Amino acid sequence: MSYPSRPTAWRVSLSGKVAGRLARMSWVDVVVAAAVLVGLYLLLRVGKGATVSFDPAQVARVDTDPAKLPYYAARSLLRMFVALAASVVFTLVYAYAAARSRRLERVLIPALDILQSVPVLGFLSVAVTGFISLFPGSLLGLECASIFAIFTSQAWNMTFGFYHSLITLPRELDEVSRSFRFTRWMRFWKVELPSGAIGLVWNGMMSFGGGWFFLVASEAISVSHHKYALPGVGSFAGTAIADGDLGKVGWAVATMAVMVIGVNFVFWRPLTAWAERFKNEQSEAADVQRSLVLDFVRRSSWPRLLGRLARPVGEALGRAGRVFGTDDQPLAVNRTRRRTGDLAFALVAAGLVLWGVLDLLGYLNAHTGLGVFGEPLLLGLATLARVVVLVAFATVVWVPIGVRIGFSPKLARIAQPVVQLLASFPANFLFPVATWFFLRTGLSINIGGMLLMALGAQWYILFNTIAGASAIPSDLREAMDDLGVRGWQRWRRLIIPGIFPAYVTGGITASGGAWNASIVSEVVTFGGTTLTATGLGSYISHATSTGDYPHLIAGIAVMACYVVGLNRLLWRRLYRLAETRYSL
Amino acid sequence: MAPGTTPGRTSARLADGEVLLAAEAVTKSYAGADRELPVLAGIDLQVRAGEIVALLGRSGSGKSTLLRCLAGLIPASSGRVTYRGEPLTGANPGTALVFQTFALLPWLTVQQNVELGLEARGVPARERAEAALQAIDLIGLDGFESAYPKELSGGMRQRVGFARALVVEPDVLMMDEPFSALDVLTAENLRGELMELWASGQFPTRAVVLVTHNIEEAVLMADRVVVLGSRPGTLKATFDVALERPRDRNAPEFDALIDAIYQVMTGREKDTAPHLPGRTAAEPAELAKRTIANTPLPQASVDGLSGLAEIVAQHGGGCDLADLAEELGLEVDDLLPQVDALDLLGFTVVRDGELLLTPRGTAFAGADVQESKRIFADAVLEAAPLVRLIVTSLRRTGGTVRAGFFRDLLAHHYTSEQVGEQLETATDWGRYAELYSYEAAPEEYALDEGGATLG
Repeated sequence: MSYPSRPTAWRVSLSGKVAGRLARMSWVDVVVAAAVLVGLYLLLRVGKGATVSFDPAQVARVDTDPAKLPYYAARSLLRMFVALAASVVFTLVYAYAAARSRRLERVLIPALDILQSVPVLGFLSVAVTGFISLFPGSLLGLECASIFAIFTSQAWNMTFGFYHSLITLPRELDEVSRSFRFTRWMRFWKVELPSGAIGLVWNGMMSFGGGWFFLVASEAISVSHHKYALPGVGSFAGTAIADGDLGKVGWAVATMAVMVIGVNFVFWRPLTAWAERFKNEQSEAADVQRSLVLDFVRRSSWPRLLGRLARPVGEALGRAGRVFGTDDQPLAVNRTRRRTGDLAFALVAAGLVLWGVLDLLGYLNAHTGLGVFGEPLLLGLATLARVVVLVAFATVVWVPIGVRIGFSPKLARIAQPVVQLLASFPANFLFPVATWFFLRTGLSINIGGMLLMALGAQWYILFNTIAGASAIPSDLREAMDDLGVRGWQRWRRLIIPGIFPAYVTGGITASGGAWNASIVSEVVTFGGTTLTATGLGSYISHATSTGDYPHLIAGIAVMACYVVGLNRLLWRRLYRLAETRYSL
Repeated sequence: MAPGTTPGRTSARLADGEVLLAAEAVTKSYAGADRELPVLAGIDLQVRAGEIVALLGRSGSGKSTLLRCLAGLIPASSGRVTYRGEPLTGANPGTALVFQTFALLPWLTVQQNVELGLEARGVPARERAEAALQAIDLIGLDGFESAYPKELSGGMRQRVGFARALVVEPDVLMMDEPFSALDVLTAENLRGELMELWASGQFPTRAVVLVTHNIEEAVLMADRVVVLGSRPGTLKATFDVALERPRDRNAPEFDALIDAIYQVMTGREKDTAPHLPGRTAAEPAELAKRTIANTPLPQASVDGLSGLAEIVAQHGGGCDLADLAEELGLEVDDLLPQVDALDLLGFTVVRDGELLLTPRGTAFAGADVQESKRIFADAVLEAAPLVRLIVTSLRRTGGTVRAGFFRDLLAHHYTSEQVGEQLETATDWGRYAELYSYEAAPEEYALDEGGATLG
């Protein structure tokens, strides 16, 4: 491991160097060291809470003393980061397997595509019961279920991104690795991971932002007539909502805002700035990511010191990694053997899938009959209508605003980070406020549910429109000014084609997010009053809380079909159009 | 080359002249629509200890493909490659590659980049660093050890590429157009230093294979220049370069050799290309025999070929190709597609290395936009079979035809990449000639109203 050094050469023996460094420690070094120590201490204290034993009957609520909020925030953060770590490990292993094995690729990539479309929150009840039976009598089971929910919201996206960077590795880097006979271990750590690093970090940041929503949704949940709550900001808010205490909900919202901004400042910002070094470009870009925290840490001597200490470890790992063999592709391929292998693999895979499907259908048939799919299919139409209206409405409202912001560099600089934060702020935190509003005004939840779904989803459209608009070259705009193209003609000829690719990306994310959000926004509770809308989301939500697995499975399957169908029939086509026709 | 002993080499050192690397009847083809499309055909080549071999050819001659076959990076479709008599089963253990695009890892420092090959062999850190610093010193990179590639100029980056390859002391150094991404002066300087190093005997490799499209570069550096023909790549001719090093560009022998190679490369001596010379305006019989299979369109834009025609017209209707290339500061690869295109359309003929405008070509070069479009339309309809095919198909259907139709037809004879190139050229030419229009989104050709009356 190495850090960017100043362009001075430092080739002194290790021990002498360390001693010299320690003697010349500056206040920057002390601050950085202290910060690391405090972080470790907090981790220990907070982590201990996760393994305490509990009686499932008694954890329906948490103490809503605002003084406990910092502790709750730390517990929630710990969950988020454990889930992130799990997602990263999953990403590296899964994407690598898919990219390196021709046979696995055929199974893993379609599977990922489906997993991506399955509503995460539908999984939750299965996860909770599963993990509780895995760790009986310990809070760890609930912790794992919550972490699992966050993980499932992050992992697929990151995996797809990394897989894509693996299979599009520049040809010459592949040739460097093979012609210099790199070990597989070296190829991964020196070539493949670094060239995918920027994508991984940015994807991780976006997924982490989306993860807050699922953190809040998974900390307090009722499964099979049981209410469970984990100490955390989400459950704090949940309890406050059940009590109808808007003041305490306000405290929770404030804490959440501090957490989202704080993590961005001390973690993601430095990480994205650091990842700049993995840009595969031949010259220094003018516009680079900067981070105060990273600059501060770089000014201390810790990175270099740690780099020196870590080098022998890296060496030893590299030697150990030689067991994975050399990165080489045999020139001669035995075709018949390969074909036999392919056939055997296909048969086994197809057999397993078929067996699973038959088993599932048998299960559903025995419990409810196969007619169980009918109701969710119909209800899905209602939710589909909500999603469509929401995306259309958000487009009409936010695209003009986004274009205005994107065309003004000054506005964009201010607005972009704000919108990014709004997008990662868990919308379900604001649901109680909205519910209170519905109760007050008598607005039907069938209409209001749409508003709730929009709370989270709309930002993706705004965010991407800003990005698209600011990418339109200013000389094109000047040419339009010069030619006197304005009004609707300007929109038709310049703006809509210009922002189209970015808008489509935003639209896909927004519509996917809205489907997921329907599970929590079609049923809302505030201070003992429950409002239920007609739709697939409330169907799944109801099946979850009553532990009705056949209906739950049917609901999840149908929703996944709707999401996949909408993606294939609408978004993918728009995406292709954007790529071939409107790329600038 | 002085037989200095290089430390750390384990394999036996072969005497000069013994065969290190050999290709035996190597062919390479890629899958086409219904048959294999050859890129290399029947290549026999030996690389001996102590020599520099240049593989010279135009784009599409498969010279880089041949290099990668020799390096064991891609399998030959038939025939075999041996290293020290052993057939290759994977990446060649006795070669190291220098890339046109440098291919440095931007996240590693110069020293870390240079150490990569040794690290792959499991050389301990301390020895690795020593060897790397030695190589860095040898190649003139001292002081840049801890710099990152993006802080370096192109020339310095390619030095890192050389140091990285040399530090593993390969038997054969493989260079894939190593200087063509550099500016002229930098390339000249680096080439000179490298040849000094080779002549001084400090060079830690036994042989060099250089891929280039630059004739002068090949003659300056190589002991043997192997000229590859195009489509599929075959060994066209081999020239031994017996000139003293350092070589003098102004020596008459040097010039003579360059001229001789130029003639072979442009493929226009009487014995190798009987159908080309003496073609005034294109002969009807020969034109009728042209099909999309035997007459690929050269990769030349209308702007490019009419620009060249105008330049030739300014030279009084004829000029020496080699001189013209030099005058324009270009290399073979840059000019030949345009020459081929003019030739194909009957606007020029090439005789003894001279590019001469035909009467039709003179008219084309001198005409205004509308007139030149008309002349061009007549010429492409007559001489460019793919354009003719598109027009005929459109007339027959009377409406639009999908590009996929032509793509399928072409796929019988070309790789998918070449198919794309062919259609791109045909689209450009037909559009300029106002024969048909093309819409990119539905990928459809349609007759141009004005063009329907032509021909």
